[in-house]
Amino acid sequence: MKAAIFEYARAESIAQACSLLAEHGADAKLLAGGQSLVPMMAMRLARPAWLINVNEIAELKSSRRDGAVWVTGAGLRQVDVERDGELARAVPLIRQGLYWVGHIQTKNRGTVGGSLVHADPSAELPLVAQALGASFVLRRNGSERTVAAADFFQAPMVTATEPDECLAEVRWPVWQGERVGSAFDELSIRHGDYAIVAACAQVEVDSAGRCVRAVLGIGGAASVPVSAEAIARSLHGTQLDDTTIEAAVESIGQYLDPGSDVHATAEYRVHLARVLAARVLRRARDHAAGMARGTRA
Amino acid sequence: MNEPKSSVCITVNGVEHRCEVPTRLSLVDFLRETLRLTGTHVGCEHGICGACSVILDGDPVRSCLMFAVQADGHSITTVEGLANADGSMSVLQDSFCETHGLQCGYCTPGMLVATHSLLKTNPNPSAGEIRDAISGNLCRCTGYQQIVDAVQLAARRVAAGNGNR
Repeated sequence: MKAAIFEYARAESIAQACSLLAEHGADAKLLAGGQSLVPMMAMRLARPAWLINVNEIAELKSSRRDGAVWVTGAGLRQVDVERDGELARAVPLIRQGLYWVGHIQTKNRGTVGGSLVHADPSAELPLVAQALGASFVLRRNGSERTVAAADFFQAPMVTATEPDECLAEVRWPVWQGERVGSAFDELSIRHGDYAIVAACAQVEVDSAGRCVRAVLGIGGAASVPVSAEAIARSLHGTQLDDTTIEAAVESIGQYLDPGSDVHATAEYRVHLARVLAARVLRRARDHAAGMARGTRA
Repeated sequence: MNEPKSSVCITVNGVEHRCEVPTRLSLVDFLRETLRLTGTHVGCEHGICGACSVILDGDPVRSCLMFAVQADGHSITTVEGLANADGSMSVLQDSFCETHGLQCGYCTPGMLVATHSLLKTNPNPSAGEIRDAISGNLCRCTGYQQIVDAVQLAARRVAAGNGNR
């Protein structure tokens, strides 16, 4: 349980991290919070020849509103993001998802960007990013590109990030309406474990309670977190009553390709996805109604 | 290939240590084997059991999931640093003894670090909040109840200004 030997460098800026990546390419890994990478190194599932520490890079730790998006630096600690009240009001699903992530000792080190580039198909932050349609700003020596969540998550633990790229920031859409509600729920063996299945939803309703916008995401039941776009769209214009929601999520299996393991069969995962999808949609609806009452009061 | 090394300056329990360490040396191995501070226990070595918890710049973290080189320029408090200045046990440590909050003692340094950190920010935690704070620390002896009792006893003692028995 000891990591194999590696060369080490501490980057002081994103540019320096990118230069080091350009130099060492596929033999190098960025080390952020290390809560997934270090166990993999201990088990020798990962053996990078170079480890580039990005924990001391201040520019990776910004958090700011930029019009209709909230921009989080990739190096922000999960605990700091979870405690940020302004961010929680702007993009409530981030805090709602982080509630389920690990434990205080791992959240004190784990970063937002680290969890996203690790891209475990059951992980909470990738699910929220996929459902909301977040985008990812990837830097390499001398250039930058932005990748949509739909293109970012490619396979279990595989993202669009190239070996010489560093995730600099994540851009989360802010829904600016008055009646916006969201919810996250999951089933895991113990709190803090990876989800067997996770679901999240965000809805916006008009003054008559009609749904004008909705997203629904499912994690842990396919090779990447999925956004159930057709189901979410079918809810537009409805009152989001329980019967409508139940009927809409009936076809959730079309998005999923779950495996069977010691924790749950594939069939059970599809069943769970249906139950959790309906539950988060109902809660998001009620949350939106509560927001509207709060606004009037 | 030679073992790559790196120079570090790490403050542990208020004492500054400057040395050269192998880059792959975990922080827990640095504490135990380089500094001989064996109060911090090493259990699973992959971030599950919590026995290796230490306080990094004020926050509890797992020292098996950090390399010592990452602690360069940072401050660590280990379980040895939780005792009173005269070496006697802190109120929290003493409360663990009082309520039988430990049996084999393997998880105890991690439990103390986790609950010490909790009490710093939340001096009067509910049982649920205590359980949440120790959710990342495994104990196979106590069933956890006596640990919860210990933290509540410590909170009551501190609140009553009655640190010592």
